[in-house]
Amino acid sequence: MRDRLIFTGQLLFTLLVAAFLVVPAILSISAGVTVNYFRGISSGVTLQWVFQVWELYAGTILLSFVIAFATLAATLVAGVPAAYALHVRAGRLSRIIEEVITLPLAIPGLAIALALLFTYQGFSDFRRSWLFILTGHVIYTMPFMVRSVMAVFATIDIKTLDEGAASLGAPPWRRFRDVIVPNAVPGILAGSLMVVTLSLGEFNLTWMLHTPLTKTLPIGLADSYASMRLEVASAYTLIFFVMIIPLLVAMQMFADQEQKR
Amino acid sequence: MSVPAGHGVSVRIEACGKTFADGTRALEPATLDIARGETLVLLGPSGCGKTTMLRIIAGLELPDAGGRVLFDGNDMTSVPIERRNVGMVFQSYALFPNMSVADNIGYGLKIRGMARQERAARVAELVALTNISGLENRRVDQLSGGQRQRVALARAVAIRPGILLLDEPLTALDAALRDRLRGELNRLLRALGITTIYVTHDQSEAMELGDRIVVMQRGSIAQIGTPREIYFKPKNRFVAEFIGAANIIEAPVENGELVLPGGRQPIGGEASQAAAVAMIRPETIGVVEEGAAPLSGTIDSVSFIGDRQRMLVSGASDKVLTVDAPNTIKAQAGERIGLLIAAEAVRLLPSEN
Repeated sequence: MRDRLIFTGQLLFTLLVAAFLVVPAILSISAGVTVNYFRGISSGVTLQWVFQVWELYAGTILLSFVIAFATLAATLVAGVPAAYALHVRAGRLSRIIEEVITLPLAIPGLAIALALLFTYQGFSDFRRSWLFILTGHVIYTMPFMVRSVMAVFATIDIKTLDEGAASLGAPPWRRFRDVIVPNAVPGILAGSLMVVTLSLGEFNLTWMLHTPLTKTLPIGLADSYASMRLEVASAYTLIFFVMIIPLLVAMQMFADQEQKR
Repeated sequence: MSVPAGHGVSVRIEACGKTFADGTRALEPATLDIARGETLVLLGPSGCGKTTMLRIIAGLELPDAGGRVLFDGNDMTSVPIERRNVGMVFQSYALFPNMSVADNIGYGLKIRGMARQERAARVAELVALTNISGLENRRVDQLSGGQRQRVALARAVAIRPGILLLDEPLTALDAALRDRLRGELNRLLRALGITTIYVTHDQSEAMELGDRIVVMQRGSIAQIGTPREIYFKPKNRFVAEFIGAANIIEAPVENGELVLPGGRQPIGGEASQAAAVAMIRPETIGVVEEGAAPLSGTIDSVSFIGDRQRMLVSGASDKVLTVDAPNTIKAQAGERIGLLIAAEAVRLLPSEN
């Protein structure tokens, strides 16, 4: 009897927390398919707002994905070898570099953006292109990649594996390809998942760095909330969800499978 | 051209010392020659520099300036490990978790660009040699400790290295398995006849496997010799006490006799010395009737070990003597006995510290 009571209590609490998280999202999404939000769902259901958003903001959605995957590519290419080097090399310099890479976690996105603007104000072509936003996203997401890969290196004795491969005659790049990377896959997947989702949803930094021609999805969302009907902005949220949820689920499944292997 | 017996390369390390970045001196400059086909054991307690020496020979550590590593007379000091053609077995085995057993064994051959078929044949050969048939397609984490050890050995030997380096390969295993694998390893090393350097802190491993043993102490070489030399003629107290059990006695010598509370023990010769340090191995002391030997004492305790019995005898020297007697002798604590020791069994050690 007492166990049952505790269970019911826990269930209720869990549902309450879930509702707290989910209800606002559902409300926002449902507004996106309502003819008139102020009259409620009884005014009818429509996809016109969704189409309108697609017409107006398809470019920002596409750009968001381009930037997210370019960020992923950059953090993979630079972050995985960096994590390896930082793990293998002990010493003060390595620890300092590790701290510097981690720093963007503690600095507000706005401050990073300002610093980038100051640094690159002379390079106007670069400043105006989407590569400028990419730079910001790479700085912001790098610690997540490096940290999660390093966490995996800490659980397996990667240094000895590397020495083992070296003793068998493998030059550094072969060791990296054949032994280091395959054994770091769980960390690389976890890091990738974070990098892509963080990049897709990043607002602070991007808002400071964007130009009218280089808007990403969250910037477009803010823009539509500020200047369009509420239904349009909500339809935008709906599109955001439809895009990002399958991506998240797919990556999570991939990561689970890799862990089971 | 005559080819010396054994396979692989001869190794010479010249004045190789190692000081780590934090200033720790891991190895005093040491010089050592290892003949082609020889099995050399580096033996010592942890922190004595034996693994550092192995890693310098492997190419995983660079010796301090002035040190040189030569294989067959060629200077290899600055050649990285991947171009030294060494086979190495690590204490943790360092098997690749992302590869099957067969892929682990064949990895070095793949790196060398050996064709798939030839590689498979060589892997099969080693699987048979190391008794791991049937495990080829297993993942590394599905193997027992002993199986991992065999895979690590097969992988190191597969590449036909010039020298085989083993860093405490049996330490991670339980005692019974360690004894069995030690015998197997010995047979395998003899069969291969390849130059081998074996690091261990276990003196029975060193005795069984080594053609020669290098006993190391606090970063320097304490003694180099065959297992018999090291055991019967230790150069100093550290070696005597580290290898096997030893009675270390401090007493004056008069006319070739050790003057002890329990009698005068001949040590050969006619020398005299005011303060000598002598070593007597427990199994070289014979238990006889009191009066039948120059030395006598009282049994403090007897413990039956199976193949022998260990007695602690007081009164013979200023310290309690350990005596390993045959298991057939009937003796009890409190009994007076004579201790018969051959003059050759007493070894004088340099009186240090």
